[in-house]
Amino acid sequence: MRAQRALFSRKFALWFIAAVVAGLIAWPLHGAGAKTGNSCLDCHIETTQKRLSGPAKNLVNDIHYTKGFGCQDCHGGDPTKGMAEGDPALAHDSAKGFVGSPRPQDVPAFCARCHSDVELMKKYNPKLRVDQLLEYRSSQHGKLLDTGDEKVATCISCHGVHGILPVADTRSPVYRVNVPATCAKCHSNPAYMKPYGIPTDQYALFKSSVHGYELLEKGDLAAPACNSCHGNHGATPPGLTSIAFACGECHANNRDFFNQSPHKDAYAQMNLGECTTCHNHHDIAKPTDSMLGVGEGVLCTRCHSQGDKGYEAAAKMSVELDTLKLTINHAHELLTRAERGGVNARLGKYDLHTADDALIKSRTAIHFFDFDKFHEIASSGITEAQNVITLGEEALWDLRVRQIGLGVTVPIILWVALALYLRIRRMERDKPFA
Amino acid sequence: MKDQTRLSGLWDWLDERLSLSAIKELALHKRVPMHRHSVWYYVGGMTLFCFLVQIVTGIFLLLYYRPTAEAAFESVEFIMTDVKFGWLIRSIHSWSANLMIFFAFVHMFSVFFMRAYRRPRELTWVSGAFLLFLSMGFGFSGYLLPWNQLAFFATKVGTDILGQIPLIGGWLLTVARGGEDVTGATLTRFFGIHVAVLPMISTFFLLGHLALVQKQGMSVPIGEEYKKCRQMPFIPNFALRDLVGWTLALGILVLLASLFPWELGEKADPLASAPAGIRPEWFFCFMFQTLKYIPGKVLFVNGELLGIIGFGLAGAALVLVPFLDRRAAREEKHKWLPVIGWFAILYIIVFTVLAYVV
Amino acid sequence: MSPSKDLSPDGSPISRRGFFDIFLGGGIAALGAAVLYPLMRFVIPPEQPEAMVSQVVAAKVGELAPNSGKIFRFGKDPAILIMTPAGQYRAFTAICTHLDCTVQYRSDLQQIWCACHNGHYDLNGNNISGPPPTPLTAYTATVRGDQILVNKA
Repeated sequence: MRAQRALFSRKFALWFIAAVVAGLIAWPLHGAGAKTGNSCLDCHIETTQKRLSGPAKNLVNDIHYTKGFGCQDCHGGDPTKGMAEGDPALAHDSAKGFVGSPRPQDVPAFCARCHSDVELMKKYNPKLRVDQLLEYRSSQHGKLLDTGDEKVATCISCHGVHGILPVADTRSPVYRVNVPATCAKCHSNPAYMKPYGIPTDQYALFKSSVHGYELLEKGDLAAPACNSCHGNHGATPPGLTSIAFACGECHANNRDFFNQSPHKDAYAQMNLGECTTCHNHHDIAKPTDSMLGVGEGVLCTRCHSQGDKGYEAAAKMSVELDTLKLTINHAHELLTRAERGGVNARLGKYDLHTADDALIKSRTAIHFFDFDKFHEIASSGITEAQNVITLGEEALWDLRVRQIGLGVTVPIILWVALALYLRIRRMERDKPFA
Repeated sequence: MKDQTRLSGLWDWLDERLSLSAIKELALHKRVPMHRHSVWYYVGGMTLFCFLVQIVTGIFLLLYYRPTAEAAFESVEFIMTDVKFGWLIRSIHSWSANLMIFFAFVHMFSVFFMRAYRRPRELTWVSGAFLLFLSMGFGFSGYLLPWNQLAFFATKVGTDILGQIPLIGGWLLTVARGGEDVTGATLTRFFGIHVAVLPMISTFFLLGHLALVQKQGMSVPIGEEYKKCRQMPFIPNFALRDLVGWTLALGILVLLASLFPWELGEKADPLASAPAGIRPEWFFCFMFQTLKYIPGKVLFVNGELLGIIGFGLAGAALVLVPFLDRRAAREEKHKWLPVIGWFAILYIIVFTVLAYVV
Repeated sequence: MSPSKDLSPDGSPISRRGFFDIFLGGGIAALGAAVLYPLMRFVIPPEQPEAMVSQVVAAKVGELAPNSGKIFRFGKDPAILIMTPAGQYRAFTAICTHLDCTVQYRSDLQQIWCACHNGHYDLNGNNISGPPPTPLTAYTATVRGDQILVNKA
């Protein structure tokens, strides 16, 4: 009687308990049956070890994954087995080509299996190069790797692994702007770099340089990063003369002028870097005019001394450059004064622009290291600036004319006002009104 | 002697046809009362002088100005740099515009305090109020014409406020701008308004205003002491004095134009963001600043709308002053009306200063 | 009360009244001249025509040979007019899109070139090599009579 009055029937209770138990069994398996169908991914995503789950979770961003590659395409193994059975060994099948995770020495060849295969790469992106391995083997990193050094950079050190982004992606560690920081991960770590005996200040120096400023702060993609001079995969410190070719890619006139200058042979004989001797290499500062001349501590006097032709040339160029700058400044000042006085010096502004152009050209022409050639360019700039001075003086003369005009007009006006006043006084004296 | 006969012969010939003698009588009969507040009688004429200068310099500027977005700025630059004395004409035009509006305000307040609007001069006051609004319209439309950054954005803000007026706001904004935004169409429209529409309307109101003053003569402040003061003939005595003032005003304009030439600024770039601290011309600033201080919402009403309605009501009250001041009609002094006047002056000065300083 | 006629040292009568009249008349005449002179000068158009900066005469026909270029002023900025090897006129801004240096025409390369950092543009203004990130803004060049007019496109 009491049992019949219970809230739930026995049947209901048994079914309820069965349902709960089934749920408790099924619950851990709710993710199973796969979202991706790839057992490597599905299993690895679920593991608790970060070392194993991390790669799987990052893979969704990877360019290879988006092109249709899965874990098995690089690591081998069987992606259809192992998940449902709960047995990793079924997936890690060496008969199906499973190689696990490669050792550092084997990484370049590992990637090159596809990336050096012309026929394969053509199918996915015909524009991509296929000689990276060849380049790498010629590089300092490649050569050291061959000797068994596992600390050097391999493909994955720079490109990442399991989340590889295309070079043009701004988040990629090898996107132009990110390259210096990527290289610096090793090259700025003194402890890491100790065995190699090379400096570790390159990144710091680069950041302080004009190229570092342009690239890292202004985002000018045209500015060089480490790979612009050192190469991408065939990274080697460039030779002293070959660095000039790298600089000359952008600074073409400087290179051409230098090649025609007496310094070209002289530096070659003395085994001096063509550009780097004066400009350094990592900490290339924005050049200033004080680098040229014959004063104390100035660059030219490092080699040249009073009496030699180089000293004379440096002195004369420095003087003429200063003259050019002074003339331009004077012209600029005149135009500003005229404008402040209210006279518009529009015409002069354009010509001043041309003079400024000549200043840039003159500074480049220094690299002739020949006063006559420098003079050709600098003197035309001085002439241009002098034209502007003439225009500026005309404008100031206009201002003067206005002031004179004012000086004539205002007295006339006061004259008329006075005359009227006297007229009124006389009129009201003769004929007073009520 | 022969010349005298010729001149008087000419006079008689014209007189027969145009009733010149009657006009001469009308001109000569006007008298100006001389008392301790008579100095304010000059201010209206000063405003007129500035207006005449505007007409003359404006016509000369028309010879070179081009009212399109592509050429307006360059044409003003051309006037300032290449045209002989262009800088002078243009700077006088800009300075005289501001002086005209300044004198218009002073004239309005002096007339207010002297109660000159009282019977029978109500219409003179009403026409004067409209002339004040018209001169501000001249200022607003003319300001855009150089098509520089400041003017472009000030016009944008100004017409935005126009759009807030209830009921007709949207329509008014589109009509004023010649479109949704401030563009070359706005410039052309403002130009037409500035050189044709407003001059035509102003001439009508001005002639009426002057004719009324001429016919009714000058008013004196309320009070016994003013009824018995000396009466100076307008022509030639007061008119000559007026001329002295005008001559000196011309001198001041020339000095201002030469020593503080009007700026050109930069060409308007609609795609650039508004320069910081954008504000309308000074005579709109007190209203602009007021709008800035009103909170976004007052109870459930849009704050800006409240401000606009407030100023609208103030403008209406201004026009209707002669009809609101019952005591003046009875020749009685008013206890607190001057206070409103002083408050208004103070308010305008303080808020104009705030607009520049804050 | 005041005498309207005085006697000068040599005895001839001069009128004080007359002096003041001349004083006033002279003043008004001077003022009139001072006002009219600027107005008259204003009305005469200046030698340089109106500075239309949406259109400029860049050169005369025959000034440029095929495969050559010329820098000219467009408003306050430099612009470049080229005649392609095929004989067609084209115009662009001469301000390099990298760091604003003034470009030039290189007949040896048949390209527009920027000396500052070795930037190359083809004859359509496209940036083809070097640092410049974007092409040169093109203008339209039309021949009218014996003048080559350049407009902003």
